[in-house]
Amino acid sequence: MTEHPLSFQDLILRLHTFWSKQGCVILQPYDVEMGAGTFHPATTLRALGPKPWAAAYVQPSRRPTDGRYGENPNRLQHYYQYQVIMKPSPDDAQDLLLASYREIGLDPLLHDFRFVEDDWESPTLGAWGLGWEVWCDGMEVGQFTYFQQVGGIPVALPSFEMTYGLERLAMYVQDKENVYDLEFNGFGTKYGDVFLRAEREYSAYNFEHSDPAMLTRHFADAEVECSSLLKQNLALPAYDQCIKASHLFNLLDARGVISVTERASFIGRVRTLAKSCCEAWLVGEQAVKD
Amino acid sequence: MSAFFLELFSEEIPARMQSRGAEDLARLVVEALAGLAPVNVRTWYGPRRIALAADVDSNVTAVSAAERGPRANAPDQALQGFLRKHSATRGQLRLEGDYWVLDKQAAAVPARTLIAGAVPGVLRRMPWPKSMRWGGVSTFTWVRPLRRVVCLLDGEIVPFDLRDGADDGHGIASGQKTEGHRFLAPGAFSVIGAEDWSAKLRDHYVLVDAAERRQVILAGLDRIAAEKSITVVDDPGLLDEVAGLVEWPVPLAGRIADEHMDLPSEVMQVSMRINQRYFATRTPSGAASPWFIFAANVVATDGGAAIVAGNERVLRARFADARHFWDLDRETPLEGRVPALDHVTWHAKLGTQGARVVRLRRLAERIAPAVNAGPALANRAAELAKADLVSGMVGEFPELQGVMGRYYALHDNEDGLVADAIRDHYAPRGPSDPVPVAPVSIAVALADKIDQLACFFAIDERPTGAGDPYALRRAALGVIRIIRENELRLKLLPLLDAAVSAARKAAVGNAADMAGEQVVRALNSNPGAAMLVGSGQIARLTRPVPGTDQHVDVLAFEILEFLAERLRVQLRAEGARHDVLAAVFAAGGDDDITRLLRRTDAVSMLLRGADGANLLSAYRRAANILRIEERKDGPHTDAPDSTLLREPAEEGLHRAVIASLAVVPLVHDEKYTEAMVEMVKLRGPLDAFFEQVTVNAQKPDMRRNRLRLLNQVRTTMDHAADFSRIEG
Repeated sequence: MTEHPLSFQDLILRLHTFWSKQGCVILQPYDVEMGAGTFHPATTLRALGPKPWAAAYVQPSRRPTDGRYGENPNRLQHYYQYQVIMKPSPDDAQDLLLASYREIGLDPLLHDFRFVEDDWESPTLGAWGLGWEVWCDGMEVGQFTYFQQVGGIPVALPSFEMTYGLERLAMYVQDKENVYDLEFNGFGTKYGDVFLRAEREYSAYNFEHSDPAMLTRHFADAEVECSSLLKQNLALPAYDQCIKASHLFNLLDARGVISVTERASFIGRVRTLAKSCCEAWLVGEQAVKD
Repeated sequence: MSAFFLELFSEEIPARMQSRGAEDLARLVVEALAGLAPVNVRTWYGPRRIALAADVDSNVTAVSAAERGPRANAPDQALQGFLRKHSATRGQLRLEGDYWVLDKQAAAVPARTLIAGAVPGVLRRMPWPKSMRWGGVSTFTWVRPLRRVVCLLDGEIVPFDLRDGADDGHGIASGQKTEGHRFLAPGAFSVIGAEDWSAKLRDHYVLVDAAERRQVILAGLDRIAAEKSITVVDDPGLLDEVAGLVEWPVPLAGRIADEHMDLPSEVMQVSMRINQRYFATRTPSGAASPWFIFAANVVATDGGAAIVAGNERVLRARFADARHFWDLDRETPLEGRVPALDHVTWHAKLGTQGARVVRLRRLAERIAPAVNAGPALANRAAELAKADLVSGMVGEFPELQGVMGRYYALHDNEDGLVADAIRDHYAPRGPSDPVPVAPVSIAVALADKIDQLACFFAIDERPTGAGDPYALRRAALGVIRIIRENELRLKLLPLLDAAVSAARKAAVGNAADMAGEQVVRALNSNPGAAMLVGSGQIARLTRPVPGTDQHVDVLAFEILEFLAERLRVQLRAEGARHDVLAAVFAAGGDDDITRLLRRTDAVSMLLRGADGANLLSAYRRAANILRIEERKDGPHTDAPDSTLLREPAEEGLHRAVIASLAVVPLVHDEKYTEAMVEMVKLRGPLDAFFEQVTVNAQKPDMRRNRLRLLNQVRTTMDHAADFSRIEG
């Protein structure tokens, strides 16, 4: 570890600087609730088609079922992912990634870095890829994927996707056992000062107070809106509705009102939306080119 | 002879695919280079490379092939066409019979040319379980991105690249450069052959031989264990996996925080093994020790202190999570979790785990008396057997199902036999897993497997070929092993019938619940499934049980036949007379496996002796004659008429046949060895009969009588086994 470990926000800034130097577009978080940075249109949609693309961004990720009312030191219903996508995947993707870890103070001659098999699949996005969990001293510090298919469509150019779980990485860099003890800004503000109350309130909302009937209606509304927008070839607004539907499904799931068979059906419905959006996106790309 | 060397250097290959990858490479290379007669083929595999070396011929010896041309008397046009096709002249032809023949002399191909032509195809054909694309638009795929190809013949590069038409093959071309350890010796260097490669990689912190890496890890485990006076829990599978995760293994030990040492040892072990690939250790007394051992892939500049601290930290977080579940789970008694099983789907067509538990309770209770278990205890154990599936710990670690149930049952002060049965009812989980021996555990374990078989047979989901998605073969083998190894005396048909009856209700009831009419119709059109009659009544096709006045469901018979078939396969694997088992089973469809095996043993023993073998030939002769003659005038099942006996040998056989009726009560009383002794007495008279008597006598009544005599021999012997099914 470095003598003064990085604060949570400095860690993000270092990653921004690093990936910016690699030619990535540094984006800001997408403004629709989603379960993972992969859902961001800058990854899902841009992974398709033949145009090169490189971007990096922080994405707040909501996992309603992982809420623990702020009582578990390792689990959160809202956390930050740092997401990088480069299309086509560069030949030195692994080296770039390891260099980014050096940048935040993890020296590979002092720590034990490994690439451990982890095939990635997102049934809701109709997407899969091959890659690894990146381990540092036995801890997963990131997920590295070469995309093969998105929205049920084989990719024209395989992308390299890297996802860092920022809180976990920061806990490691700062040697903290409890996420709420993380130094957020290096001036005494802790992660808990920023997020503890939110974790409690959202856990209560996700598990106890959300209205399943209303969420189910919202899901159906998003589905209808998505389909009608697709008829107008508005791939991006339609895709927003797909992300919303996915999050609404996650909320319903956390509420415990979805049976096993219904679960598969909900996932299938979101996947249908995602596929249609991806197809519409490709059609639009073609039109722009012409 | 030339020395061939090939290394495929890639990004990290999943550990479980490496050794298979090396085998496949060797197979494909040997096929592709068959013309060079490769020998002394050696392979290596590891996280970032697979490699192969072989001695090959320096060139393919010229092969001559005879091409047959047109007939000698064919029109000249045909001959000219043949010559053009092969760019030959008339002078090169010779006559062979009526045909012109051209002896084509193929040019000798140098090994380097053949290799350069063959290896790209080998790489394209590599059957990785899952291959991927990367980088640009090339369609060349590999398990993970392929970065370098070293291909050498006698120290020199065999030049080729992976281009294919417009496809750039990722710009990969063969060369002689490879790379060592990613961090300890970065950068590329040249090699000239297998030995040089292996030695230089060692200098660059890579052990190319998986067996050596395994050995280094094992030595490290032993060294650390000795230092700390502990033993390492034996885990060859984990050792192989870890040897596939590191190029330069550095075994290190970490310490488990004291506050987590009271977790159940299985919980600690599963978390360490599955999540972290750590080796668990034990104190000399066999208790869990606070040390865990792992292999790092780097010689750290601080001697590994940061790595150990990091791994300890990760494990602390894992155990804190496990502790959370352990503490929380024990707040709810197992009994209190049972209702939640009504909301857990077991199988979409068969309903919930809750409904399954109701069936298991009845079945376990029914089996209990036959295995000397208390019915109430068996019922209780079955009631609680699945409750841990809805505990937090099993949700996190499904491998701990049963194990956690036992801990929670003990915590709830359930009977120790009940607690053990909860853990052991899944056993045996595989061919080397021990079977339960405690009666209550046996009752629940059998109920679990019999219900599983009955349910999936009821929805017509049977194993086909290699496909057995519901592990029914394993369940069947489990039933067989439990019965066999405990020498249980169980009449399976009534149990199977009860299980099938409950299973059919579950399938139909669930179908009606789920989708109403539609599914019911589907069930109706399915000949293997039950039929709905009127308002939910189930019509069952039944068959009589041989030797009784009972009828049982046809599915019960089919499951029994499935069990007998698995037993036969098992006996074959053991090198025993599996055909004898089939013959014995065919003789009566015996549903008592222990009895079936004893009878099989007796018949096998009989056949091992010369008398038995001769008796078998005589039996076959009799059966053959009967088969042929029965086609003419039907079966000859009546008793022979003693007044029609003429020849002494005929009378002799008649006496022997009457005496041999003693076999029937002996078989009935399970005195199989004695029955065989009686049966073998038929041999002499039967041989004499065939030697001295013409079966197809002139007089029809005498012929019929002799056929009746033979029929009696066959019927008597068929009491013991259907000898027509015995091979050899």
